[in-house]
Order: sequence, then C-alpha cells, then structure tokens
Amino acid sequence: MTISGVALLSICTLLGVFLGDLLGVALGVKANVGGVGIAMMFLIAARLWLVRRGLLSHGLKTGVEFWGSFYIPIVVAMAAQQNVVAAAKGGPIVIIAGIGAVAVCFAMVALIGRFSGRVETMDEIEAREALEASVPHFKSGRIG
Amino acid sequence: MTMISHVLVANSLITAFAAVGILMWISGTISKYLTFGRIHGSAIAIMLGLALAFWGGLVTGGEKGVADLPALAGIALMGGAMLRDFAIVATAFEVDVVHARKAGLIGAVALGLGTVVPFILGVFVAAAFGYTDAESLTTIGAGAVTYIVGPVTGAAIGASSPVIALSIATGVFKAVIVMIGTPFVAKMIGLNNPRSAMVFGGLMGTVSGVSGGLAATDRRLVPYGALTATFHTGLGCLVAPSVLYFAVRAIIGG
Repeated sequence: MTISGVALLSICTLLGVFLGDLLGVALGVKANVGGVGIAMMFLIAARLWLVRRGLLSHGLKTGVEFWGSFYIPIVVAMAAQQNVVAAAKGGPIVIIAGIGAVAVCFAMVALIGRFSGRVETMDEIEAREALEASVPHFKSGRIG
Repeated sequence: MTMISHVLVANSLITAFAAVGILMWISGTISKYLTFGRIHGSAIAIMLGLALAFWGGLVTGGEKGVADLPALAGIALMGGAMLRDFAIVATAFEVDVVHARKAGLIGAVALGLGTVVPFILGVFVAAAFGYTDAESLTTIGAGAVTYIVGPVTGAAIGASSPVIALSIATGVFKAVIVMIGTPFVAKMIGLNNPRSAMVFGGLMGTVSGVSGGLAATDRRLVPYGALTATFHTGLGCLVAPSVLYFAVRAIIGG
C-alpha cells in the first residue's frame, strides 16, 4: 500500500527530528542537531531491513519515492519564498562575506577531492551496476 | 476575477503545486531551446524562483518572497521547512550505504572545516568593515556559516539587532550563491560522485543552498550532500556561541 510508504517516511522523519531536538537540548543548543540526518539513517536502516525480509512492496516504494521525486519542486518553492530583497540590500559586507565563504568552500571541496584520490563517479557507478545486473550470477548457485 | 482569486486563495497549496509546475515546465523549455540543455532545467527554475522572490519582496515589502502575495501563500507551505525536510528524508531511500560509509570520516572532516573556515573569513570581513567588538565579529562570522547559526549565535551572546540582521543577510546570500553557483563549478571541483557530494554538503552547510545546488547539478547526488549538510547547522549553533566566541574574545582581548 502506498500509505505504508508515506507512513514509514513520516515516522522516520518525526523520530529523527525528535531525536535531533533531544540532542540539541542535551548539548545545550537552541537548535535541532542533525534531526534530518538521523531520520535519513532510520529510513536507510528501514529499507535494508525490509529488503532482507522481502517486505519491500511496490506500493511502499511508491509512497516514499513520490516524495523523493517531489524534492526539486519543493526546492524551487523554497527559493521563491526567500527574503532575496534583504539579502541584496545588506550591502558590500554581505556580498564580500557571502562570496568569500562560498569561494573558499568550493576550493576546499576540490582540494579534498584531489588529495583523497579518485573515486567512481555517479555515471560510472550506474554503468557498472547496470552491467552487473545484466550478467547472470552463475556462482551464486541459483537459477534464474 | 474575484471568484478566481477566491479559488486560488482557498486552495493555496494546490495553487502552489500548479504554479511551481508551470514554472518548472517553462524552465525545462528554456533549458532545452535557449541553452540547448547546457544549463539544467532545475537550475533555471531555482534562479527564476529567486528572481520571483526578489520581485515579490519589492512588490509586497514582505519577507517571504512571492509567498507574501495572497494567491501564492501556498508556496510558503510547499517550500517551508516541514515539506522540505520530509522530501529530503525521502531521498535517503536512494542512498547506497556502501558509498555513504566510505565517505564517513572525510564527511566529518568537511563538517569541521565547513564551520571554522567560513567563520574565520566572516570575522575578517567584519573586522575590515570596522567592527571591533567580539560580539559583532562572532555574529557576522557565524552568519557566514549559515543564516540560522548567525541569529542563534547573535541572540546567545547579545549582539545588536542590525548586526544580527546583517548576519542573516550574509547567510541567505551565501545560500543563494551556492544554489546558483554550484552547477557552474561542479565540473571544476569534481562534484560527480557520492563522496565529493558528502564533502560538499559538510563544507557548504546551508541545507537550502546544498540541496538546491545539488538538485540543479545532478539529482542523484542530493541525498549524499543532504546527509552531511543537516548536521552542519547544529554543529555551528553548538560551537559558534561557545568555543569560537571565546576564541575571538581571547584574540582581540575584549
């Protein structure tokens, strides 16, 4: 059922945000600490568990994947309600600090990438997985 | 006319779906025919969204972009924190655990650097513009981390209201540049694999900037970037009003 996927997603989100709030209180911070990240880990764990049990039904997948695919439109809506006027009015200090911070961080992403060696790109991963899926696994001893 | 606007206002979330859908359709067409697919449709949609937010802010004088127009109030719900977080969590369904685990340590390093480096830069810029007290320097530095860390820090250490507004503006501006700039520099900084996406998320921090920027670059990278970025604001709120503030105060001797 589709609703079971949506419900699973909701439960993971609520649990994660709740734990993030608790973590914030425990650390004495007035913010949610990693709530969404914790929720994501719950969902990843739930998927692994469901796959292992063979319980990952098509409807359940649809329920979660719909919201995942809805992500970009939501981001567009988010962009459309930013206080862009205030950001633009802040003056040179805002522009210099903003551009500087972003430029330095972009450079560090590149540096960390260089120093930690090459890894498979997303395209290569998908190509390899498609190849593996098309080659039958004789060694596994299973037929079909 | 009043009947139409009544329907739009009464069904604000549905109106928002339709409006964003039309915007994305226009962006897709622009991407295909005007840029020949070179600029991703979602990047154009995000830029148009920001442009509309600028226009909405000018017209209404409000703080929430086009969402301040009554007919488009649903945009605030659709693009608000609740649905945004819900959709981000949903993208975790596509995360490959093996890749995520490989990037674990490097992601943590990126998180640390992503908090300290923008902070130091923000403090220097603030100092260059004549701020000398530890509270203002720390708050503007925290704003360069994200637009949530800035005001949280400012409120915690007692910075003045204009300085807090400045720190929010810095953070919002940073998020906007990350959204727009990421697709253009993606190739240069090697943003094409799960690991660099996690490093990117940790360094850039702003969830809106990271998720928007990655969505415009390569949709498949979004969950990896978001996974680290969501820890960024929490970490910033933790260290900026405490360790970093004390460090600034010790250095300037205030």
